[in-house]
Amino acid sequence: MLTESDVQSLWLTVRLAAIVTALLLLVGTPIAWWLARAKTWWKGPIGAIVALPLVLPPSVLGFYLLLLMGPHGPVGQLTQALGIGLLPFTFWGLVVASVLYSLPFMVQPLQAAFEALGDRPLEVAATLRASPLDAFFTVAVPLAAPGFLTASILTFAHTVGEFGIVLMMGGNLPGITRVASVQIYDHVEALEYTQAHRLAAVMLIFSFLVLLALQVWRSNPKARG
Amino acid sequence: MTWLQVLGLIGTWLFTAAVHAEKITIAAASDLKFAMDDIVAIYKQTYPADEVDVIYGSSGKFYAQIQQGAPYDLYFSADIKFAQSLADGGFAASEVKPYAFGRIVLWSGSLDASKMTLERLLDPKITRIAIANPKHAPYGMRAVEALKASGLWDKIESKLVYGENIAHAAQFVQTGNAQIGIIALALAVNTELSSKGGYWLIPDHLHNPLEQGFIVTKRAKGNSAAKRFAEDMDSKAVRAVMVKYGFVLPLKTL
Repeated sequence: MLTESDVQSLWLTVRLAAIVTALLLLVGTPIAWWLARAKTWWKGPIGAIVALPLVLPPSVLGFYLLLLMGPHGPVGQLTQALGIGLLPFTFWGLVVASVLYSLPFMVQPLQAAFEALGDRPLEVAATLRASPLDAFFTVAVPLAAPGFLTASILTFAHTVGEFGIVLMMGGNLPGITRVASVQIYDHVEALEYTQAHRLAAVMLIFSFLVLLALQVWRSNPKARG
Repeated sequence: MTWLQVLGLIGTWLFTAAVHAEKITIAAASDLKFAMDDIVAIYKQTYPADEVDVIYGSSGKFYAQIQQGAPYDLYFSADIKFAQSLADGGFAASEVKPYAFGRIVLWSGSLDASKMTLERLLDPKITRIAIANPKHAPYGMRAVEALKASGLWDKIESKLVYGENIAHAAQFVQTGNAQIGIIALALAVNTELSSKGGYWLIPDHLHNPLEQGFIVTKRAKGNSAAKRFAEDMDSKAVRAVMVKYGFVLPLKTL
């Protein structure tokens, strides 16, 4: 039913989304924690910067990443100096772009979850002689678990649905940067509507099931412990 | 003014589009980007009252959009087959008119491409070559044909990166992410691009002709401005613009 290149594009998409979600859990959690707990005035500007990818059109963001990561751009010169080479047209280039693009989808739900905890649980942990790091992992993380799940699923789903940035800086290379959304677009452009419908249906069903699982899990208080 | 009146005014402003009797919207293949701006300027000199909007994009996308009732009055396709197919499907109010043949060139933003040949693409210093996506962009298809005809395909396929259309392929070169690109002559002659590294015309016996055609869409059947614009394509001034931008004109007048 699906061609080999369709299947390849689906795997690539899942791989990209999984890596981006994992990286954003590492990068986004401290940012969200800081945004939830900090009391300085520059919490506002930082929060706004984190939310910026929500506003910028993906194709515009993609164009500027292409400039920044190109041989004349500062990021491109840095990666070349580090011996990594240039990022556009590579899988890891897409990973970097997607981490930026999906950042708010990880940080904002986590920040909300951390804020909802309030100070009390951590104060109690502190009186029981838990170090801040200890309190974070044994108290804050378990209590914010629903937030982590929501943030992860939103990030994953958002990366699966990513299109403009990938199109702008990916170079449409099969198995490297041709993700499912681009593959569907190519089918449509080539007037191969049957192929496009099939691939789109697979993506739609997959996404629906993921989001359904999230809804069911959230509406079942027992599963949340 | 009460707040209701204010709301009403804002609503009117938001939901009413400006109505002009003679307005045309043109969907044009992206290789026409620079030429069409000049052509519209010429047209506006003769018919200053008419309003002309041009939208550039891929011929295949416009093809699909027109089938779904997109509000375009004229459709300029980089591949005459798309225009023909729309006409066959009853979406045209005119015959399919061939207006030009396109040419492809090697173009670089950093190297002197004017004395290059296709063999130069084998140079290990050239790591990325940008072309339009051959799956749906006519210029990309011709680029692939030329590379295959010259026997270079197997050796350089791994260097290729694919832009959504030729303008996007040119962007890859312009930003330095690809050292060289195969793009439309019509884009390469533009001063902003030609001043960079120059271009080299790829011999047209290496690929199938890039015959381009336009139609007046069914929607514009009664639109006299669309008709005037179509006729204007045959004028001396417009033909001169097309030649200036590197298009080869069909032998017979339009």
